[in-house]
Amino acid sequence: MSKPIVETKGLQVHFPLPTHFLSREKPVLHALNSVDVSIQPGESFCVVGESGCGKTTLGRAIIGLQTPTSGEVYFQDQRIDQMDEATRKPIRRDMQMVFQNPYASLNPRRNVFETLAEPIRHLMPEKSEAEVKAQVDAVLSATGCDLSWQRRLPHEFSGGQRQRIAIARALVTNPAFIVADEPISALDVSIQAQILNLLTDLQAERGLTYLFITHDLSVVEHFGTRVAVMYLGSVMELATAEDLFANPKHPYTRLLLEAIPKLEGGSFDKPRTPGELPDPVNPPPGCPFAPRCPMADAQCRSERPALRQLPQSVTQVACHHAE
Amino acid sequence: MAMLEVRDLHVAFPRGKRDWIEALRGVNLTLEKGERLGVVGESGAGKSMLAFAILNLIAEPGRISQGSISFEGTNLLELSDRQIRDIRGNRISMIFQDPMVTLNPVLTIGVQMIETLQAHRKISKREAHKLCVDKLKMVAIPSAETRMDAYPHELSGGLRQRVVIAIALLTDPELIIADEPTTALDVTIQAEIMALILKLCRENDVALILITHDLGVVAEVTERLMIMYAGKCVETGKTREIIDGPSHPYTGGLLKALPQNAGRGRKLYQIPGSMPPITNLPSGCAYHPRCEFATDRCKGGAPELVNGVACYTPLKQAEVQS
Repeated sequence: MSKPIVETKGLQVHFPLPTHFLSREKPVLHALNSVDVSIQPGESFCVVGESGCGKTTLGRAIIGLQTPTSGEVYFQDQRIDQMDEATRKPIRRDMQMVFQNPYASLNPRRNVFETLAEPIRHLMPEKSEAEVKAQVDAVLSATGCDLSWQRRLPHEFSGGQRQRIAIARALVTNPAFIVADEPISALDVSIQAQILNLLTDLQAERGLTYLFITHDLSVVEHFGTRVAVMYLGSVMELATAEDLFANPKHPYTRLLLEAIPKLEGGSFDKPRTPGELPDPVNPPPGCPFAPRCPMADAQCRSERPALRQLPQSVTQVACHHAE
Repeated sequence: MAMLEVRDLHVAFPRGKRDWIEALRGVNLTLEKGERLGVVGESGAGKSMLAFAILNLIAEPGRISQGSISFEGTNLLELSDRQIRDIRGNRISMIFQDPMVTLNPVLTIGVQMIETLQAHRKISKREAHKLCVDKLKMVAIPSAETRMDAYPHELSGGLRQRVVIAIALLTDPELIIADEPTTALDVTIQAEIMALILKLCRENDVALILITHDLGVVAEVTERLMIMYAGKCVETGKTREIIDGPSHPYTGGLLKALPQNAGRGRKLYQIPGSMPPITNLPSGCAYHPRCEFATDRCKGGAPELVNGVACYTPLKQAEVQS
């Protein structure tokens, strides 16, 4: 394997919760528990999981919107998680983010040109106003936006158009790495395909690397190269997209795959027992998935399985029973 | 006679003093007892409007400007407020998208359930309590007895939606209208909730109108399907037949645009543009600016729903021609 563009080592994020004034306990929410991922250049690395599994926190910690409690984040072999803002600034150019909801991520009082010019002015102060203008024009046409949109405000656009503008904003500084946090889940079905195609085209043209955060496994199957399945702040399975769908190893991955509604039908015919994410403040001592797992035994309930490489495969899985 | 029969339903909202904008432009629908119908469309297609109109719940200043809705032979639009209350929430129940909005946050689950039941039945509190616990058990809520005293915020999203389903089932309705019941939930919870709704409908012979944007969900749950676009039904028929062989170009486009239907790494089929707002509909067939088969005829006249499809050049025919 070539050198990873982004790498995390033992990344942990804990959120302290409000303490009761009579209690000595200091409750802590474990959003990320020691996550190691390495993303290769040109990849579409997908992170999937249910809400509350820490997938967004992982993206935010990598891009620097969230300070990790412990662990290390590397970008092109530079450690970035403890950099001060001044040294980090040139790196921010190379790492950008697209958010889930284009209705919330665009400033409603700022027109499209100002929205797109801001990152250039801030992160590339050496550029002249004419260069800024040229760069905004270029990125607008690259993302399928009309150049006449520049003086208009976000409320004049539909959801799909806004998401295009949000993607244009992320691309305007010519980044190498994009974190896309559920970029299509707020959009209509016919628009989702347009945005997914746009992301694919941009990757081919510019050699982008994506960290694609989603809960929709059918998108992962189409779009992803490698996939990390997360549960309660830990990676449960790390595999190539082909392997994950052809041969899921972790029981949680299988549960997720079974839950996708299929056009062929038939998968909702048997009733399911309610299963929930355990409390991330007091996670179970053993495997976090054990309370929902059909294969769980005494070992699973007491001993937390580490992510291990399976023999004769590139798949990594955190399960005592997977083989 | 069909249980529910909607004929030529129009819903209009005023624009200015004399002008009206139609959110539903002539929708027909029939539903037999125990039948499950899926209504699919993008946001703004009018699918929720249809659900609200069936219960005569269109908020002012909107109104049902034309059409009839007959439920077991009575026209719901001619009933007084008092009479419709006997049907709404009693014989027809509704499940909404977000359980946190549906449930009252300051009342316990038990109080809300008993209140609903007592509004429709002459029943003592004790009997009502027992019946409510039974329904909570029916929707597989663990330790149902103690959950009666819980507040909505103490439950997870999946359990809350189960409570909402239990409330919808309290009065043993003949029809449940579910408006995007699982959109706010995770995939695994969605599978649980939809499996539950499917099981309960089958066991109790309850009819279901399932409103969603997810073709996978309707393929799993419903027997008949209705595709809506810009306030009109563009295609209707058996779910299986439509999914396997769509006739309307819009339905075909939606199915082709699904990532699971494209090969890995291949480009997805995309429908160009987006749905027009109801305030600014194109002339003729509302879909023609986005349609790859559109002819001059499509720009002129609006096609009627014939043999389950509202299109001059339905896909099967278009393929023969090309």
